Amino acid sequence: MLTYIIRRLLLAIPTLLLISLVIFFLVDLAPGSPASEIPLTVPAEVRAKILESMGVNDPVYVRYLLWLKQFVWVEPLNLFDHWFGTTYAEGQQRIISYQTRGPVFDIIGQRIPQTLTVIGTAYLVGVLIAIPIGIYSAYRQYSWFDQAGTFVAMVGFSVPTFFTGVLLIVIFAVKLQWFPSIYDTTLKVTDWASFMKQVKQMVMPVTVLALFNAATLSRYMRSSMLENLGQDYVRTARAKGMSERTVVLRHVLRNSLIPVVTVIALGIPGIFGGAIITEQVFKINGLGAALIGAIHANDLPTVQTLAFIFAVLIVTFNLIADALYGLLDPRIRYA
Amino acid sequence: MKLRSALMGAAAFTALASAAWAERGADGHVNVLYWQAPSILNPYLSSGTKDVESASLILEGMAGFNEKGEVFARLAESVPTVENGGVSADLTQITWKLKSGLLWSDGTPVTSADAAFTYEYCKHPEGGCAQAARYEGIKSIETPDDLTVIITFDAPKPNPYQAFVGGTSPIIQKAQFQNCLGAAASTCTDQNFGPIGTGPFRVTEFKTNDTVSLEANPNYRDATKPAFATMTIKGGGDAEAAARAVMETGEFDYAWNTQINPDLQAQMIAAGKGTLLNGFGTLVERIEMNMTDPSPDLPEGERSTPKHPHPFLSDIRVRKALSMAIDRQVLVDVGYGNAGRATCNLVPAPELYASDNTDCLQQDMEGAKALLDEAGWTDSDGDGVRDKDGKKLSVLYQTSTNPVRQDFQALIKGWWNEVGVEVELKNIDASVYFGGDAGSPDTFQKFYADVEMYANNFDGTDPEPYLAQYLCDKIPGPDNQWQGENINRFCDPAYDALVKELATTADMAKRGEIAKKLNDMLTKDSYTVVALVDRGRLSAASNTLGGVVLNTWDTELWNAQDWFRVK
Amino acid sequence: MRDTAGTQAKPVRMERPRSQWRDVWDQFKTHKGALVGMTVLALLVAFVVIGPFVWHEEKLTTTQTYLNKNKPPSLTYPLGTDHLGRDFFLRMMEGGRVSIAVGLVAMTISIFIGTTVGMLSGFFKRLDGPLMRLTDLFLSLPLLPLLLVMVMLFRDALARIFGPELGTFVLIVIAIGVTSWMPAARIVRGEVLALKEREFVLAARSLGTPNRRLILRHVLPNVVSPVMVAATLDIASAIITESALSFLGLGFPPDFPTWGRLLFDGLSYMQQYPERVIWPGLAISLTVLAVNYIGDGLRDALDPRIRGR
Repeated sequence: MLTYIIRRLLLAIPTLLLISLVIFFLVDLAPGSPASEIPLTVPAEVRAKILESMGVNDPVYVRYLLWLKQFVWVEPLNLFDHWFGTTYAEGQQRIISYQTRGPVFDIIGQRIPQTLTVIGTAYLVGVLIAIPIGIYSAYRQYSWFDQAGTFVAMVGFSVPTFFTGVLLIVIFAVKLQWFPSIYDTTLKVTDWASFMKQVKQMVMPVTVLALFNAATLSRYMRSSMLENLGQDYVRTARAKGMSERTVVLRHVLRNSLIPVVTVIALGIPGIFGGAIITEQVFKINGLGAALIGAIHANDLPTVQTLAFIFAVLIVTFNLIADALYGLLDPRIRYA
Repeated sequence: MKLRSALMGAAAFTALASAAWAERGADGHVNVLYWQAPSILNPYLSSGTKDVESASLILEGMAGFNEKGEVFARLAESVPTVENGGVSADLTQITWKLKSGLLWSDGTPVTSADAAFTYEYCKHPEGGCAQAARYEGIKSIETPDDLTVIITFDAPKPNPYQAFVGGTSPIIQKAQFQNCLGAAASTCTDQNFGPIGTGPFRVTEFKTNDTVSLEANPNYRDATKPAFATMTIKGGGDAEAAARAVMETGEFDYAWNTQINPDLQAQMIAAGKGTLLNGFGTLVERIEMNMTDPSPDLPEGERSTPKHPHPFLSDIRVRKALSMAIDRQVLVDVGYGNAGRATCNLVPAPELYASDNTDCLQQDMEGAKALLDEAGWTDSDGDGVRDKDGKKLSVLYQTSTNPVRQDFQALIKGWWNEVGVEVELKNIDASVYFGGDAGSPDTFQKFYADVEMYANNFDGTDPEPYLAQYLCDKIPGPDNQWQGENINRFCDPAYDALVKELATTADMAKRGEIAKKLNDMLTKDSYTVVALVDRGRLSAASNTLGGVVLNTWDTELWNAQDWFRVK
Repeated sequence: MRDTAGTQAKPVRMERPRSQWRDVWDQFKTHKGALVGMTVLALLVAFVVIGPFVWHEEKLTTTQTYLNKNKPPSLTYPLGTDHLGRDFFLRMMEGGRVSIAVGLVAMTISIFIGTTVGMLSGFFKRLDGPLMRLTDLFLSLPLLPLLLVMVMLFRDALARIFGPELGTFVLIVIAIGVTSWMPAARIVRGEVLALKEREFVLAARSLGTPNRRLILRHVLPNVVSPVMVAATLDIASAIITESALSFLGLGFPPDFPTWGRLLFDGLSYMQQYPERVIWPGLAISLTVLAVNYIGDGLRDALDPRIRGR
């Protein structure tokens, strides 16, 4: 197992390099230019000058190598300086966004808190709702609870968040005025009142996302439970006179969680990626909003950096999911 | 409209009246919403409206434009004119005098050296200054003393109010930016995110593309202003959500550019928490006719170039018929409501330059059909589509992706179908369409379509550079990486000559006359540019916010120092 | 299969062994939800395919149509008219064609690629590494730039081969299929890894069953259930992704309604005309729900343990 993980880790390096190359060139190849952000009133010569100052015109391989160096060397060094107060990275050019002319990693640093609080909470809530629902739906297959659960989950999944989000705003922010429709990122939680404010502004986005996540996960949980409930070992366990509780919660649940854990682990990078639409609907301005904003503005360094960070997370969590698989299911052997 | 501006005027008056005994910071906090979030607070590095306007709360120029488009003094003592001797009689020199005793928000004095530095900063060849056009044609800037700035031009400048005038060319502090010249400009993150200025507010925290937190500038030149102690500019979402936050939930006091459909406008107004302000500038939604052949059968590099004239749009009768078939008032009602009005002009304002051309406003389907018949386009095979010499009258009509534009496409396609023209619609993501990437076939400059629709305007009050875009040598093509502004590939020597004449004319009445002539040559005389809607600015203000005056000639936040809380 | 089973039947057997697929169908028929789902889907398909031929709008000019805007439901306009006066009922029918077709085809592509990749990488150890790294690559590609590049490279070429509308359709279903198969691949692989070590597979293998047969006959039916879940979710997300694509200008021409686009357009009118979001929303949900129940029934029918009961 350990050797397997070490081998995968070593293999991850060339994989990530390849991914970074593909992402960089793909983003670069995409039609569109940062010039679309410049108003049409700006004359063509000025436009050309602006683009030149951004470094857009350098050959793509030069930009790739520079970006790679900045990503794996300058930026970590900067982080080190930031933590320990050293000045190793002094004077080294960081990855600069076309749009804000500021370092991309500063933007990421600003965006992570709200992304993790809102999207992370929503994911957690979604998992906590989905698992019990999935278990009970499968255990009482085709009961009214299961039917209702299926219906709600399907509606939850097939109705896009841009719709549910606006619906909640119209009901709870416009009509009832219970919650704010706009997320305040400058709010600092210092006392009870500000904590309640934070909770209030999180309620709607968390609900929307949690429902969406729960809808997906509960389906996987239910199907996995059903699969296991029909297995021979369950009959054996029951025949041995074990209590129904032990059979379902100990034996069946443990086995059914195996594929669900993968799905959960694979979804975690998505938290960091943010929820593009929900962030936009509630004006949360997290990482998802940063990515989509950068894509629209053709802010190539930001898109490339965010996409690559996302890739690193995906590779890491896939590795974790595989390792969990091996740990949870003794039948799987990794050579 | 009249009543509203009268009311706004009254509100502004009360603002001034109450300001006399008001106190700086007495009215607490004000929330402003820009649904396109500000990315940077240095207007010299980004010309995006959201960035320029948020920066205008902090940075100011010598003068600005008021809601009528007139120049008024900000940092200058007064506005220099030929009459008061501030502008030389030959129009080659303008002398600005700073008010005395002005302080930056950090307490240091504002001097003419800061203005001279600003010029140096923007003219640096490696800086990529976004406002370089504002400093075009300047030979030198001299500073004989701490308060005097003398700008000398290369040639007579009929419009000398460009450098240091308006939100797009403010004065920045030399002490803060002196290490940020040229290539270093974009490494100065702290400076670009927190400029020191002379405006009513100063930055306390800037989260890029998210929030700007501001507080009243303690050194602002009017000791009683601004009335608000702190301000937040929040970004994100869309126009509809922004309007909702002011008009329906009341969370915000002011929302910028809340361009929403007329049905929604009515609903928001009915909620009763705020008003929608609108004012007209020079933004015109138009259909551009391609004078060259965009056919995909032509070899790459020859498509949409003057080598091949357009098979049918080069006939003025076809262009005119297409224009006649459009009911512009319906377009206004569908897309803009009060925030738009039908127009036939490329230059709809200021009054001095606006032609009285209104003959396109009345839709004339029969006339359009007759004109097409006359041009030889008849439906000979009875399939509902006109044809001539075996070629069908079929147009590809492209625009950027935007709900209003798609509604316009649907309606115009309907009308054109009725006069026997086949229409294929295409919409393209705005970041590609306006991106100008020479590698993409879908940019508006490449114009690989027969007609296309977008909106454009000009900066400030002088249309000369705008009209000069239609010169023969500004046609985009493969030889200039498709970077020209003459999108229609319009080329008329008489037009070129007239533009030259405009550039050397100083007399305002004469300039107006020439500009109108140029406008007519492009619109009613040739139907090269088919103007549709004069699009106004639409912003939302809460009923509890006083002193707001919508300005379409300068930044919308131009008079934030006069805003106050209605109690 | 049926022929050989028939001829080899021994007299001691009480009944003739039946074809596996007949059994599956019999089991499927007993699943009420599946039958209802099947009926609803059939009705929806009929509504969108035959509907527009039967339902004829009166011929009006553009301006007359416009004057008819925002009409409430009536006999002429069962669902009212939209803000440009177009018959919403007709738009629902036209929109459904594209949405259902995109949903089903894109789902099929995505499930096919996902199952194949997952199966191969779970079953053959040598392929596991490369295929899973490929999956990682696809998972981490930013979707929007990828689609932009695909549109730029292939739109004109496809439009030349298939014509503008069919060309866009092909491009969109491939784009959605190619960018959404990864979760299915991961899940199938996980299942296969576990199944591979199960007794019945080991038994089959020790009998010398060739790999192809082992996969198709023994492993595949056992991964059907998670695949079905993924498939239903895929249909919904394909319909929604299509609307997002159209919204970004990457999808169908703007005069081509789809349910996703109708839903999106209706959003601004939600407070005044809530039916404009309810109908397309309901239609999408119904489609997904129907497919889900069919999937449920199919899973039960394919599961030999349940089938016996």
